[in-house]
Amino acid sequence: MIETKNEEGDASRKKFLKLGAIGGVAIAVAGSLGILKAFSKEEKPVTGKKVKLLSPEGKIVEVDSSYINPELPDIPLNIRQGAPGKKFVMVIDLSRCKNAGKCKKACSKMHYLPPERSFIKIEKMQDAETTSPYWMPTPCFHCDNPPCVKVCPVDATFKLTDGTVGIDNERCIGCRFCMAACPYSARVFNWSEDLYKMSEDELKAIKPHHQCSSHVKGTVEKCDFCPSHAQKGILPDCVTACPNGVFYFGDEMEDTVSNGDETVRLSTLLKEKAAYRYLEHLGTKPRLYYLPPANRIFPFEDKTEEKTEGVEHKQG
Amino acid sequence: MKDIIKPIDEAAAIEMLHKFNEDLLPKKFGKVGQVWVVFLCIVIGVGIYCYVKQLRQGLGVTGMGDIVSWGIYISNFVFFVAISLVGSLITAILYLLNISWRSPITRIAEVIAVACIIFAGLIIIVDMGRPDRILNMFVHGRIQSPIVWDVIVVMTYMTISILLLYFPLLPGISFCRDRLTNIPKWQKTMYRWLSLGWKNKPEQYEIVKKSVTVLSILIIPVALSIHTVTSWLFETTYRPGWDSTNFGAYFVSGAFMLGAGGVIAAMYILVRFNPTYEQYITDKHFDRMGRLLVLLSLIYFYFTINEYMMPGYKMKGEESAHLTELFVGKYAFMFWSVQIIGMIIPIVLLFFNYFRRPFPMFLISICVIIGAWFKRFLIVIPTMLHPFLPVQQIPEAAKVYVPTFEEWSITIASLAGALLIITVFVRYFPIISIWEVAEERGISHQVIYEHLNEKE
Repeated sequence: MIETKNEEGDASRKKFLKLGAIGGVAIAVAGSLGILKAFSKEEKPVTGKKVKLLSPEGKIVEVDSSYINPELPDIPLNIRQGAPGKKFVMVIDLSRCKNAGKCKKACSKMHYLPPERSFIKIEKMQDAETTSPYWMPTPCFHCDNPPCVKVCPVDATFKLTDGTVGIDNERCIGCRFCMAACPYSARVFNWSEDLYKMSEDELKAIKPHHQCSSHVKGTVEKCDFCPSHAQKGILPDCVTACPNGVFYFGDEMEDTVSNGDETVRLSTLLKEKAAYRYLEHLGTKPRLYYLPPANRIFPFEDKTEEKTEGVEHKQG
Repeated sequence: MKDIIKPIDEAAAIEMLHKFNEDLLPKKFGKVGQVWVVFLCIVIGVGIYCYVKQLRQGLGVTGMGDIVSWGIYISNFVFFVAISLVGSLITAILYLLNISWRSPITRIAEVIAVACIIFAGLIIIVDMGRPDRILNMFVHGRIQSPIVWDVIVVMTYMTISILLLYFPLLPGISFCRDRLTNIPKWQKTMYRWLSLGWKNKPEQYEIVKKSVTVLSILIIPVALSIHTVTSWLFETTYRPGWDSTNFGAYFVSGAFMLGAGGVIAAMYILVRFNPTYEQYITDKHFDRMGRLLVLLSLIYFYFTINEYMMPGYKMKGEESAHLTELFVGKYAFMFWSVQIIGMIIPIVLLFFNYFRRPFPMFLISICVIIGAWFKRFLIVIPTMLHPFLPVQQIPEAAKVYVPTFEEWSITIASLAGALLIITVFVRYFPIISIWEVAEERGISHQVIYEHLNEKE
């Protein structure tokens, strides 16, 4: 019995080592070639293609291309567990925002929301009468001391290990205390069914986002940092949709954030650009930083909705 | 002012006792009473229809939106919790202070408390997006959440209030059981079941009196808790207008004032529609209640000054938009009407003997009650309209709050429901406690036992 067990153990260990070796080689090589980014835009891997790579021992090895940027299977998300070993963080560069509204559209599309609704809002802010106004996108702040989680009577909203604040729409009783408690107005409520023209089966059929797009009537929802993307190291849709690179998203543990165009060190970015957190005095400890609207790349323009639409078309 | 006439000897006592029984046992309603019950039932029926609609279509049938996510359901809940505090005030505080004139009005206060706390519980379920998941409160309840505190204290208060209504009612039910003739069989059976075999023995009275003392002591901290915890539902958030350390005291004092107003209105209506009660609820009782109301109003006035004047003096960033809206903005008319008509005028008028008579006091107490309802509206809604982030780029409809027909009718139905409980109680039970009125006049329990109990 013991021997068999040992054999089995050996076998699985061998298998594990083998996998580890392949993975290790792939990562090492990919790293040396600069292919691997902590967060990159989603790319479809070409399977069945062999790629020649240089191993750490100096040998040429052939590996399947899918190893280099492997398409991880859709992990069935446990909504109460975050991505292991990660601490997601977002930085919003206010000097780049011109209220293009692409993030809102992408968010609505991603979460199967009706077009007039999104989990991100873009507010026109003006700190004093004498100072210039600026645009401020506000998704959920995923606070480390979240007022919404504190007040929830049934543990339907909670802090995940990866730093995000999640919602269990199958448990929420719809008391909306979290909405009253949130100082950032991040939460929205499913007031009625017909807001979403999708049946429950249709919603369940959506991959990979059905868990964060469940739209259960009578429950609260909000920005979720696109967990099924974030788990795989793919940037949330608002980040990639922004034409001006306003949003940086990343993992605090890796100390890197990316806006899709550039990947930068988080600590350096926060230090050099004098980042701040909105309503810091409330003590909510948001996981969302703002870079001040200094040295802006666009002059502030307050256009009407239609004009904004027109400009967007030209850009697109 | 009439003083209490005490019987000179036992014969007089017995005669008096029989008179009380005749006067105070529940009687069939006249035309007005019947129309009133039918009216309440229609209002409740419309409310139930609207609630079924809300259950099917979701809270979208209300005027609430992502900005004003708490509306008149919540302000109505606060109103109900507030008025139900009167049970503890009249029953417990006046009882423990040994204030003799309270006995004819104790039960009025207690039945208002029970009816309102029941509807406080119901209206909060109406406000839930998923009432079908209410058991999650018990399965997954988090003790860190003020809502769970509220559920605990409201249920405790409801239990103690029901017991505080029921225990002193036992002799009353037994009188109904033994003395009421010409009543349908079900009513007789109901009295038999509810009286728990009450025999009017002096020992039994001792047990009831001891229980009432214990419950009166228990209910005071619980009563203070229900309204303090209700204020904490708001105070635990950061929102301007709710972020106030004054809130607990402000809510409790407002609740006592409202409760006293509610009892005065009920006293007047009872006396008006059943003139026999005039011998028991006299002008003296109105005068005393008027003095109590003016005292409670002054306490509330003090906390109101604290609540609005100090933030108004500073006009701190986030608070100023909210306070400006209240003082001179969109809600200014409602705000000043509520303060002046619902608080300042009642205080001033009640200083004078002339206004501490039944009819003027009835009008004053109606002002207090309506003012208190809108006061709670002003606590909830304007704050919701002023979150930290500016309200922009959302549909215009979501930026304002106008309660819909469904919302109003459900809210009004809840008020009608509380009134119906009180009305039905008056119809089937003695609203003025016979044995306590007898006790007030020095008639011993032994005499009650010997002359009012049905002999086996």
